[in-house]
Amino acid sequence: MADLSINLAGIKSPNPFWVASAPPSNTAYQCHRAFEAGWGGVVWKTIGDPIVNVSSRYSAIHSGTSRMVGFNNIELISDRSPETNFREIRDCKRAWPDRALVASLMTDTREHWHDYLKRSADAGADGVELNFGCPHGMCERGMGSAVGQNPEVIETIVSWVMEVAEIPVIVKLTPNITSIVHAARAARKGGANAISLINTINSITQVNLETFCPEPYVAGKSTHGGYCGPAVKPIALNMVHECAADPGVGIPISGIGGISNWRDAAEFIALGSTGVQVCTAIMHYGFRIVEDMIDGLSAYLDGKGMASVNELCGRAVHSINKWETLNLNYKRVASIDYDTCIGCNLCYIACEDGAHQAIDLVPSTGRGLGPGRLPGKPVPQINEEHCVGCNLCSIVCPVEACLTMVDRDTGKPPMSWQQYQERLANGEMAPIPAHP
Amino acid sequence: MSLTPRLTAEQAKASMAEIEPAYTRQEAQVEADRCLYCFDAPCIMACPTGIDVPAFIKKIATGNMAGAGRVIFEANPLGASCARVCPTSALCEGACVMLDRDQKPIKIGRLQRTATDHILSTKQRVLHAPARASGKRVAVIGAGPAGLGCAAELARLGHAVVVFDKKPKPGGLNTYGIAYYKLTPAVSLGEIKLIEDLGVEFRCGTEVGADVTVKQLEKDVDAIFVAVGLGRTYALKIPGEDLPEVVEALDFIEQIHTKPLHRVPVGARVAVIGCGNTAIDAVTQAKRLGAEHAVIVYRRGAADMPAYPYEYELAKRDGCEFMFNTLPVAVESHKGHVAGLKLARTRVDPEGKVAVIPGSECVVPFDMVIKALGQEPQAGLLKTLFPKMKLTKAGTIARKADGQTSIPHVFCGGDAANGGREVVNAVAEGKKAARAMHRFLGGQPVEGPVQATRMGVRGKPMGSGFDRPVRVPELEAEYRAKEGTPTAATT
Repeated sequence: MADLSINLAGIKSPNPFWVASAPPSNTAYQCHRAFEAGWGGVVWKTIGDPIVNVSSRYSAIHSGTSRMVGFNNIELISDRSPETNFREIRDCKRAWPDRALVASLMTDTREHWHDYLKRSADAGADGVELNFGCPHGMCERGMGSAVGQNPEVIETIVSWVMEVAEIPVIVKLTPNITSIVHAARAARKGGANAISLINTINSITQVNLETFCPEPYVAGKSTHGGYCGPAVKPIALNMVHECAADPGVGIPISGIGGISNWRDAAEFIALGSTGVQVCTAIMHYGFRIVEDMIDGLSAYLDGKGMASVNELCGRAVHSINKWETLNLNYKRVASIDYDTCIGCNLCYIACEDGAHQAIDLVPSTGRGLGPGRLPGKPVPQINEEHCVGCNLCSIVCPVEACLTMVDRDTGKPPMSWQQYQERLANGEMAPIPAHP
Repeated sequence: MSLTPRLTAEQAKASMAEIEPAYTRQEAQVEADRCLYCFDAPCIMACPTGIDVPAFIKKIATGNMAGAGRVIFEANPLGASCARVCPTSALCEGACVMLDRDQKPIKIGRLQRTATDHILSTKQRVLHAPARASGKRVAVIGAGPAGLGCAAELARLGHAVVVFDKKPKPGGLNTYGIAYYKLTPAVSLGEIKLIEDLGVEFRCGTEVGADVTVKQLEKDVDAIFVAVGLGRTYALKIPGEDLPEVVEALDFIEQIHTKPLHRVPVGARVAVIGCGNTAIDAVTQAKRLGAEHAVIVYRRGAADMPAYPYEYELAKRDGCEFMFNTLPVAVESHKGHVAGLKLARTRVDPEGKVAVIPGSECVVPFDMVIKALGQEPQAGLLKTLFPKMKLTKAGTIARKADGQTSIPHVFCGGDAANGGREVVNAVAEGKKAARAMHRFLGGQPVEGPVQATRMGVRGKPMGSGFDRPVRVPELEAEYRAKEGTPTAATT
């Protein structure tokens, strides 16, 4: 059994799976349930000066039969008093000493930050997370993403916090910014021990075409909300990688954004996250999902011969580089397995209208009954000469492992754009002819 | 003993309720989302009317219900009844690529029902006649599926159409002769309203040859479409056949469609002779209307039955019984009423010939006998109406591929020409003949259909089901015979 425990900038937890600061971490009751289910840590719903929430608060997009592939909310930080929250944190930490319990904080002045920091430490929290991310409501009052969008302000506030910090400080970043790397560097400069990302993305999920008012609907009006769920994972992975690969950041990362299962988590960890935080999947299915996250990650690590989850951390960071470093002489082409092709011809029409016209339709004669069960019905055939290896057909193919991409040896040595430009400049080669 | 109704109104209503209820909005959405939206989809090729199946399913998925219904009715004006009665497992659903993925095919029939129900329930006009009329007039004899298919297409091409039928209501078998739990007269009449809205005139209760002569018609119109269907059920030719409780399957089913369900008389022990799809409709409905025993008597074995496997399964689930390799020898009577059947066991030799096993006779008590041996072509009627019309040896109308008969201005389609096929084949033949008549009447050739979801096929498309429908089981048998390789079974 691989060791799943992590140590994120001094915050220890028995596994890398934390409940993110959000509705599931609102109360002691939920925190107990999360720990009972097996979660390694909980980041408490953001504590600050009491606010008032609206009704309703959530909206979502669905894809086919998959519900909630994207989700957004306009709920603010905790609407419970700081006293209640800190008291419950104390109780929970006492009951679950081996788990990580992090207090998420959001406030304004230096004095207030000092006060909340002290109270967090007094309550026994293992660390704090500074919420510089929420893109709705609180930012209108100069907090949340209003802070995270301004690196100078990030650095200033983090430095205030670090003046009194006795426990590790994580800075939670907003993706609603041109370059998250600048925000991450500012957190590092201010002295933060770690960063967590991403917070939610500004969004409107849908417009009701009858009322012309989006959800979440509040008395005839709505507002933009924070977008999360599986749909945001690619954006989050990219930002996690940007921070992990940047030498100016250089502090541990807690990965967040559309993580629903152990595979998602493993990808975040491979791109440089020490651990991960989960919210939307819990809001959809409950705390019980962590059982398979632990089980699946453990089996994966065992299968890979990794003794600890820390061995996975950052394994994919260096395989992602600038475009100009990619090998121009590499070629892959599409290949169809006629034993499994069902003759839907989706690859054909995708290539024909959306790519490079490199698939022909030919009679299925000689390929048995079907594909598509109709003898003689046209089936797709790859024209390798025209195939640029773009992957589109293999992406649209609805049959597992039917349309795959295979390598073709071009017989040419690797050459990147950088090298190509150098060789052209040195007169070592003629320009590659333009595509016809 | 004479026959009596056996159920209360409530019992009959429940017992004869539709076996496949409509999808809910969400069920339809889930099923529609399963569709892969194939390019040049095989389901189109398998539909005799060439419905653009992926197109209407995609429209259901996006909530464009009216558009979905329009796509269906434009290709097949009887899309609502075909959604219920088509043997989809041999046609569109049998061709679905999902079968090659070891998954259930998309429930095309039920989705088609969802879309067409929407049109009928919201009373939308989805079919339109051109603003400029051709000035030509056509008479259609027979308001069954072929006649309706022809009338709708002719009207859409701008011709004035009058449809004659001797029954009081239009629809033919769709209104009078399909199992009630599959298709109610209301649905059949609902979609016929769409054809009426195209301007087609219906003269029901008017029998051509009796109330109006062909000569009179020929004076009024430029062309005639003959879709008189088939005639009486083949006779048993056994003693006792003329007893009052020996009825034809279609007469029995017609009563179900014209009387309140709880007023339809049925026996306590019902024998149905024959094992085609109509026999199944008769036996299941007899059982559902309260018969204690409803028994199919069939001279061959189960493997030879003409009924579709899913119909056989349905009858078994309904509690119907089957006596295979059994031949009725005589109808036994008591005081002028049916008392039973004298039956003999049979043996089928390798050539397929049926022989009675000597000494195997026995008498089984029945109080009702339903004949379902298939229907005779109406050679006599056709000879009377059109003395010069060429008929085939079987008594059906001889025709060219486009439906034209030996009399140039007379076209034909449906059971009267094909000897008895599916509703969807009749509609398609009517539609094809309408296009041929359009050319005959001086119109431009009508091309297509080129379905929206097949747009952009490079080279020549393989052809839609309307041009050359494929039937999956037949194709598979053909392929197996040629290649000698086993294939995956259909559903």
